[in-house]
This record gives sequence, structure tokens and C-alpha cells, in this order.
Amino acid sequence: MTRSSRPSAWKLLRHNHIAFFGLCLFLLVTVIALVAPILPLSAPNDTAPAERLLRPLSEGRLLGTDHLGRDLLSRLIWGARVSISVGLSATLIASVIGSALGLIAGFAGGRTDNVLMRGVDMLMAFPYILLALAIVAALGPGLSNALYAIALVNIPFFARNIRGVTLSLTRRDFVDAARLSGKGPVRILLTEILPNVAPIIVITMSTTLGWMILETAGLSFLGLGAQPPQADLGAMLGEGRKLLFTAPHVSVIPGLMIFALVMSVNLIGDGVRDVLDPKLKSGSLTRPSAMTEVQSADAKSSPAPDISATQDALAVRNLQTEFLVGTDIYKAVGGVSFELGKGECLGLVGESGSGKSVTAMSLLRLAPTPPGRIVSGQIWRSGEDLLSFPLHRIQALRGGEIAYIFQDPLSSLHPLFSVGAQVAEAIQAHQPYSHREAWRAAVSLLEQVRLPNAASIAHSYPHELSGGMRQRVCIAMALANHPQIIVADEPTTALDVTVQAQVLKLMNQQRKQNEAAALLFITHDFGVVSEICDRVAVMYAGRIVEVGAAGEVLNKPAHPYTRLLINCVPIPGRNQDRLPAIPGSPPAVNNLPAGCAFADRCPFAEGDCRNGDIRLRPLGENRFARCIKPLWKTAP
Amino acid sequence: MSMSATLLTASNLTRHYGGGRGWLGRRKPLIQAVQGVDLCIQPGATLGIVGESGCGKSTLARMLVGLDQPSAGHLLLDGKSWPDQSRSERKRLHSQIQYVFQDSLSALNPRKTIRAILEAPMDHLLGMERNARYRRLQELMEAVGLRPELLERYPHELSGGQAQRIGIARALAAQPQILVLDEPVSALDVSIQAQVLNLLQDLQQHYRLAYVFISHDLAVVEAVSDVVAVMYFGRIVEQAPAGELFRSPKHPYTRLLLDSIPLPGKKGLRGESETIELPDPAAPPQGCPFAPRCVNARDKCRHEQPRLRPMEGEERIAACHFPLVF
Amino acid sequence: MWSYIAKRLLFVIPVLFGMTAIVFLIMAMIPGDPATAILGAYATPENIARINRQLGLNHSLFEQYLIWLGHILQGDLGRSYSLNRPVLDEVLERFSATLTLAGASFLLCSLFGLLAGIVSAARQFSWTDRVITLLVLIGISTPSFWLGLLLILVFAVELQWLPASGMNAIYGGGDIQDLLSHLALPAITLAVIATGVIARLTRGAMLEVLRQDYIRTARAKGLNERRVIYRHAFKAALVAIIPVLGIQAGFVLGGAVYIETVFQWPGIGRMLVQAIATRDILLAQGGVLVVATSYVLFNLAADVAQHRLDPRLTS
Repeated sequence: MTRSSRPSAWKLLRHNHIAFFGLCLFLLVTVIALVAPILPLSAPNDTAPAERLLRPLSEGRLLGTDHLGRDLLSRLIWGARVSISVGLSATLIASVIGSALGLIAGFAGGRTDNVLMRGVDMLMAFPYILLALAIVAALGPGLSNALYAIALVNIPFFARNIRGVTLSLTRRDFVDAARLSGKGPVRILLTEILPNVAPIIVITMSTTLGWMILETAGLSFLGLGAQPPQADLGAMLGEGRKLLFTAPHVSVIPGLMIFALVMSVNLIGDGVRDVLDPKLKSGSLTRPSAMTEVQSADAKSSPAPDISATQDALAVRNLQTEFLVGTDIYKAVGGVSFELGKGECLGLVGESGSGKSVTAMSLLRLAPTPPGRIVSGQIWRSGEDLLSFPLHRIQALRGGEIAYIFQDPLSSLHPLFSVGAQVAEAIQAHQPYSHREAWRAAVSLLEQVRLPNAASIAHSYPHELSGGMRQRVCIAMALANHPQIIVADEPTTALDVTVQAQVLKLMNQQRKQNEAAALLFITHDFGVVSEICDRVAVMYAGRIVEVGAAGEVLNKPAHPYTRLLINCVPIPGRNQDRLPAIPGSPPAVNNLPAGCAFADRCPFAEGDCRNGDIRLRPLGENRFARCIKPLWKTAP
Repeated sequence: MSMSATLLTASNLTRHYGGGRGWLGRRKPLIQAVQGVDLCIQPGATLGIVGESGCGKSTLARMLVGLDQPSAGHLLLDGKSWPDQSRSERKRLHSQIQYVFQDSLSALNPRKTIRAILEAPMDHLLGMERNARYRRLQELMEAVGLRPELLERYPHELSGGQAQRIGIARALAAQPQILVLDEPVSALDVSIQAQVLNLLQDLQQHYRLAYVFISHDLAVVEAVSDVVAVMYFGRIVEQAPAGELFRSPKHPYTRLLLDSIPLPGKKGLRGESETIELPDPAAPPQGCPFAPRCVNARDKCRHEQPRLRPMEGEERIAACHFPLVF
Repeated sequence: MWSYIAKRLLFVIPVLFGMTAIVFLIMAMIPGDPATAILGAYATPENIARINRQLGLNHSLFEQYLIWLGHILQGDLGRSYSLNRPVLDEVLERFSATLTLAGASFLLCSLFGLLAGIVSAARQFSWTDRVITLLVLIGISTPSFWLGLLLILVFAVELQWLPASGMNAIYGGGDIQDLLSHLALPAITLAVIATGVIARLTRGAMLEVLRQDYIRTARAKGLNERRVIYRHAFKAALVAIIPVLGIQAGFVLGGAVYIETVFQWPGIGRMLVQAIATRDILLAQGGVLVVATSYVLFNLAADVAQHRLDPRLTS
């Protein structure tokens, strides 16, 4: 990640045209309201009985007059002045008190938290407009009392929001780290937590300001806020209401002003939230669509089927998947080709960022769009290119002929459905089973993956099961429709080592029972590869750098990366004094060097390694390496 | 090494959560996270602690550095009871023992520069002057192999490996004698993991640090440790010099752990094939907690909890009624 | 589940007691002297003392509260002096009118809010999404009391399709059709802001959920998009939406104050404004208490629904 990839908050806001429009509108109104005393306007409270209820655009009265002959334009501007200042003050009061309460409650926890939050809950037990009404009633009508009432009823909102954020921050490791650095609680709250809460306070303020303006106008409308003859937008509307049928402009115009004001504030609020909210900032709040977008010219024209690939379960040709983040293009998969034979287990090995998972997800178009898209390649199966398939055909394959197992079984299972229902649903998606038959089949699948008491476990929810049991459920789900290909994306990485052994044994067992099914196994662990894979493809920076039979690649790696990667993993019982580490780190896939992506870390690199495109070269039967100086060469 | 050189001693360290009675007088379940752990840490040596998730190793680590209070038992740091001390004494002791977090990025405040993060312990624990801090920063960055330009960066601009190096630098900033490393490399890729492990080794030699190295990965623990303790269900079940433990494990759980590691170039994992995992911590079994999944378990194992006792070699202990023999 | 509901109901009791105290305290702070307000020109010192005795105002504030609370527990909210009838009768009558309005409104805003949010999230960045987002923004920026006036101008005055005010036609009204025609404008006006709030929240919650791994799993199982969005994603999003529905129920109840004023709806909101204006404290206390109690019950219902939906919350 480079520094320039994070533009300043102001620049982001400036580039959000809608928010910027809101900001301009708000500033325009504010400036006019501020300079109201020096504008050539008649005084807002000057009555002129002779000029009552003039229509807008009358001579000298741009917006007409009200029932006392007062100039509406002047009253509108003075009213906006009141609305903006009251809204801002109420927001400030509510945010200062509410945020302080929230910060203290969230940070202190325990009894303090309990007492403060019960008080807040009590306030929230009233519908808040009603509470404001009651408070104004008690304090007596008037603008400042309305302001206090509005501020008070909004305190719980701030307190709750800020408490939640503070609570989750307090549990973060960096707070513990600050404690270990010798910081006291007050210092931690002010220097560690507050800077992280501040953007949330700003967001909450900007999104509530509009509310506050609306609510004060509402109280004035009911006659409980600003008192006559003060010009206030809500009060003007309240007075004009009585003349609705004879002179609608008297109430419509101030209403329009409130609307414009609140709208501009809300536009700014949205913009501020988009800029400051960490969730939105990373651009991550986008919805992945049903399948990865394909922008591939060769997919549309559908070249002649690859005859050599027809006996394979799957043949991938020059697959390229990119992620578009901001203006950067990350070539996560940069031209991957491989075949998956029937009944074979192919391991796809690499470090994080090597593109192994994206390759697996791209097969059935599960890589998220946006920001991902497949820009080139074909995926052949039975003489057809899967990348040319419409959604319904892809859906028929998903979970049917081709099934997936994902890395984290907790996040991969739906938390609100029982595991039995989730397995049964997978069956019903592809087979015409009744609900009861599907459930029975689900239970027998759960038995097949050796879950004890499958019939009762089927009724449990994912959070009630252990990690290993959850992954067994995921495996059962993948097996539901007797798939011909199973794509397993790091299925044991999130598991403990003894549980991993259990799951690997189960997967081997299932493979023996169903010899026709092919397995594409994504992992970073060469030990797991030896245990389960027939062949292995090693990936680096989005491309396959070496392919071959698992045993051969492990015992006699040809690509320097493969060898170094195998060597830097400690082996129990070997008691190495020092691990042969690979210097440096993998290149960013948005800025790949020319030539071999590994050259910068490779002890054998020479000039030619940094030029042109280095192809995957054959090294004997079914053995390839993307290296011009492989560690060994076949005898000529 | 004589006992007087011991930096940190833990005796009968225990931590449980819950318990007591809840609202309406209902009994809350009592969860024993760590039970009766004894440890001693010698200068310049590495104690490895290995175990699977839920075995209590992280809770143990947090108690050692004073982030969590033991429910029973006590700790002696530098000959003083720890962490219940006066404020100034606690600060002094805090600088003796520091912690490296598993998730290095989440342990760095996203709104602070690396410089501010690294200066905090120097300022608050050691009370160092501005100039002294500046010199120390340069030295630290060099020690962990990072360019000094990174000091002005924010955590999100770092890679995983860089963030963990900063985590180590922060721990070193207080000039401790002991580092407690909680899964320091498990979030890293293998090629980066080897770099960090080597760095830790260099730092240990250079500063004569004592390490408590906690991990779920037996191979990594073996590579760095002098003595390894295996934890299961909140207890240490076996402790031995690293090489011996791997050559001839005495506890069947250690054996199972070793058998479960898939090795490159080998096929035919032993391990278990049934779905068996840790017992329910709210309802622990009466006897040996490992008995339900132990192939050698007999009646005695199911009724009587085994205590840690010396095995053949003098430095080896294991908690098993029927230790493995080779 | 049932034990959870029972437990929550038990928790409601202290909240209700706290509420009576707050209501009583606020109302006791209302300036002005009820006796003078009642007696008007006949306010001699003797008469004032007599009325104060009748109203129990000669006791200390705390005693007054206990007496009032004791009566409430017996189902007696006192007698409104301005209307000269039992507060309970008046409040229940008015409250049923408000419930009709707020209920219709709540149905509208839940239905359209949820639907708009789901569609908008499912088609993020499409034209549909943009139009909905714009409408939502307009909705939450519009003062409801002003919108009410505009709707009256257009539909009652200009087009004369719907009545401008009241709950029933003065002559020959009373059937359901008459009620619906009177209900349409105020219910829509009241629903607009809440619809916007719910739509926004639903969109956000849906987008958050649609990024989760389990949605990818649902797609990897070969489920069609309708099932993925309406069954898998929406169910998970509901967990976050339900508490807000509870809060919006309260908002709609409270917002009724404006709308009832604009449309002359004979509901409890208008009654409260009048009661406060005439210093009819018992009436105001009773009104606030009933509304607040119903609000607590709505939130309780939301809470229970949330727990029913999400098994993780109960364990």
C-alpha cells in the first residue's frame, strides 16, 4: 500500500459531487443568514396592514407577505438564521454530553456502564418527540427551552452510539499494548481511544444536525418553540397553516426552506460518513454480485473447444482475474492454466496474495464483482467454456457437479439456520426432494462425515459446534449432490492441528469412496499437499511457477521459489538452528516487475530473469517450471 | 543455571471465569481457563508453550505480563510479587516483561504514527528524554531490520511482516529482560515467518533476552525453544527439553500432536480419525481430561486426575498415569 | 425462549415504575397553578384551598406521587377537570384513534422501507438504487407537518379526492371505507420519514450481510439469487433491522402529535398538546403514561422477535 492511495478527507469530500453540492447550498444559506442584518431587507417584524397576504413576486415583495403584511423573504432569512443556530447548538450540546457519557460507559465498563446505560435506557423508553414535548411543557414554551429539550432527547442516541464504538475499541489489542507501555487509564481514553472515536462523533453529529433542525421547527410549529413575533421557520409554518386555503404561499415557502436546509445538511452528512467511516473508506461496502463479471474477448467469441482437455474434469486456459481498487489494477490471477484430471487431486500452493484462492473462486465465478472481474481465459468442461455460461447454468453447476468447501467454517455457515437445514437446502437446490426427504438425506450425509449423533446435531446452529464439526458440516454440504469436482479452499487452515488431521483423514476417506470425483485443494502447507494431493501447482504473484507430481515437486523442486519455500518451513524433530528464510517480500500484484516476479528475492537471478515474459517451460513428463535457470534440467 | 538467576516464577497459577451466582440466583458456569501452572523463566533461555486453541495458553501469557489477574497462585518477577505492586514499582516491573501480540496490526493504534507508538514505552515506563528517545528509536529500527523512514508512517501502510517487526520493536523499547510472544508468527506467511523467527533469535543473543514463546505450531516451537511445555485443557501435561520431547514424547497427547502434523514428502498421517475434541470446559471430566480421546486410557485415568511427575530424565515431567515407553 | 420472554417482562416492571416517576416529575414541573386555571374568575383563596384539597395538591410532592401511583395500580388515572370525565376513558378513546393512525403508518413504512432497502441493496449502483436513494433522502429531509399541508392542498383542496381532516365524515360516516379515506393522507404523511429511515438502514444492513462468507456459501450451493437475497441475506439483515423497527414504532407514535394537529385527527397527541395548554395535569400524565407504556411494549416485542430470530443471542 502506498501513501498516495489515501487522499485526504477533504479531497474525498470535494470529489463527492452530491455532498459538495449540499455543502455549497448549506454555506450559501448560512452566509446569507449571517449577513441578514446588513442586507437591504425590511425588518422581519415590521407589519404593514395595508399589504397583507401579498402573493409572491409582488412589487417590492419577492416572496410576498403574511397575514400581518410582514415581508416573507426577510422573515425567511431571519428564520433560517434561527434554525441553523438552534440546530447547531442543540447538536453540539447533545454530542458533547452524549459522547462523554458513551466514552465513559464504554471504557469503564462494569457498574459505571450499567448505571449510565440504564439511565439512558429510561430516557429512551419514551418516544422522543413526546419527551421533548413534555420537557418544553415543563420548562415553558420558548426557543431556548425547545433547544434544551431537543438536545436532551438526543443525548441517548449519541451515548449509545459512542458507547458501542468505545466498547469495541477497548477490547482491541492496541489498548492492551498502551497499558503495557505504561499509560494510565485516563491517558489511554484520551490519547488512544478518543482519536479513534472522533470520526464517529463527527459522523453522528453530521447525520443528526438535520434531525435537530426538523425537530426544533416541529416544536415551533406546535407553538412550543419560538414565540411570536420572532421569525422562525417552524413558527412561520404554524401561523401560515391557518391560512392554508386562502394563502398557501405563507406556509409553503418556509416549509420549502426547512426542506432545503435539512436536505443540504443530510447530503453533507452522507458525504462525511462516506469519507470518515472506516468501513466505507476501504470501499468494502459494495455488494458482490451473483457472479463474477467476465470482460473477456475470447470468452465471447468462444474459440474451438480444447480437444486435449475433453478427458479432463476441468481445463483452465490463461485465466486472468483482476481487482480494480480506486485507479489501481491488481492482477490477482495473471494468466493461469492447468488441467484437473478425473478423480485427481491437484494442490494449488502459494502464500497469501499469490492468487490461489481467486483462481479457485473464478472457476464458478464466485470472485466478488465489484471489484473483481475476469478479463481473459477459458474454463473448459465437457467441451464447453464455463466463462460463456449465463447465470442459470452456472447456478446449476454450483453445488451440483462442482462443489466448494471454504476456509473458515464459522463464517461460511449461515448463523441463523440449523446445520441440517443448510445441508438439506443444498440438496433441494439440485434434486427434487421433499422437505422431509431432504432432511433425512442431510442427516445421513452428516453421518457420512462421521459426526456423532448426526440426527440431533442436524438441529444445532453453527455457533453451537466446534470448528472441526463445522468443517465436517461444510464437507457434508459439498458432498450433497455427488459432485464430480470439489474445490476446497484452505479447508483445514482455520483448524487445530489434531482436528486438521481428523479432517484430512476424512477427506482422503471420502475420496476413496468416490473415486471419480476430482479435488482441487488450495493450501499454503506443503505437509498437507503431501498428505492429500496427487499433483501440485505452485503459485507466486498470480501465476503458476511450477507444476508436477506432488512427490516429485517436493523432493526435487525445479523452481528456486519452490525449493526456498519448502526449506523455510520448520520440520519437527529436525531441530534446525537457523531457518533458511527468503529475503524480501512478494511483489504487489498492482505493480509487477518485468520478467520473473521472484527475481528480486532469488539468489540465482541474473540479467535475463528481468526481461520479457518468462513462460512455463516443460521439464520432462508433466513437469513444468516458469524459470529460465531451473535448479535441474532433464537429460538431453 | 542456579535458581537465584530465575527472572520470573509462576506457582500454581490459576484463572477461572464465571462462577458465582447470577441474577435470580442461578449458578453461572465456572470455566477453568488455566489451572495450577508452575513455570520458571531463566535469563537468555526460551520456554516454548504449545497447545491447541482453548488450552489456556493465551490466558497464561496475559497473566504473565500483568494484563490479566490470576484467580489463584502467584507470580514472582525479579524477586517481587507481580503485578500487585505500587504504581511506580509496577511501572518498573512492567519494563522488565513485555508482550508481543499475535495480531500485530490490531495491536498498533491506527491513528498513531509508528514513532508515537514506539516512543510511548520509553516515555511512560522509562521516562527517557527526547534526545535519548531519538537515539533509541534509530537503534531499535536497525535492530528489527526496518528503514527509519517507516517511523513517520501509519500502521495501515505496513505489511504484515513489517507490522510484526514494529510489534517486537515496541516490546523491546522498554528494555525488558523477558518477552512473552503470543503466536508471534502464526498470522504470517511461511517465507516471512522464517525471517521473523531468525530475527527473534538474533535479538535474543544480542540482548540476552528470555522468551516465553507461545504457539500452536509444534515445529515452530521446537525450532526456537530450549524447553517446551505442552498444555491441554488449562494444564501443563508435559514439559521437557525441546529435542527430547520430540524424540520420545511421554504423554499420549504430545504423541498425538506430533502424529497429527502432516510432513512434506510423507504420506499416511496417523492422528485420529474420529471427531473428538476438547472436553466441555464448563463440565470437565472427572479424571484425566485427555482420557476420552486417549488410546491407552484405563479405568484409573477416568477417575483419578494424574499429577505432573518426573519421568526418566531429571528435566522431564509429564502428567500421565501410564506414560509412553520407547 | 419462554423463559427469556418471562425474564424480559420482569425487567419491564422497574422500567415502568421509573417511567411513572419521570412522567410525574416532569408534569409536576409544569408552571401555572391548576386551581387558578380551573376557577378562573372565582379564584378566591378559600376556593383555591378547596380545589387544592380536592386535587390532593396540599400533600408533599412525594406523597402526591405515591397517591397517584396507588390509584394507577388500581386502574384509576383520575379525573380530567377540563373535560370533566375519567382520564382513563378519554385516554383510551384517544389512544385507539392514534393507534389506528400509527398502526397504518407503521405498516406502510415497514413494508415500503424494507422493500426499498432490499431492492436498493440488491441492485447497488443501478438506476433503481439511485432513484430510491434520492427518494429516501427527500423523505428524511421533509418536515412531516409541511408535507401534510402540501398533501391537503393537492389531494383535498385541488383534486378533492380525499377529505382534509378528521377521522370520520360528520354525516353518514363510520364505515370502514370512510375511515380509510380519512386515514390515507395522515398515515402516508406520518410514514414518509420512517420509511426513509428504515429503507436506509435496510440497505446498509443488506450490503453488510451480502459481503459475508455465508452468502458466498449460499451462492456456491447453487441457490438462485432470489433465495440468496430474500432468505439468506434478508433474514440475517433483519437481526439488525428489528430493533430499529421498534424505535420507529415509537417515532411514529410520537410523530403523530404533529400529524394529528395538521389533520385534526382526534388522537392522543392532540389531546396532550391541549392538556398541556390547559394545565390539565392528570390528563397529560395519563396520556404520556399510556403512550410510553405502549412504546416499552413495542420495544419488548422487537427484542423478543430479535431473540427468536437469532439463536446466538439466547445462548
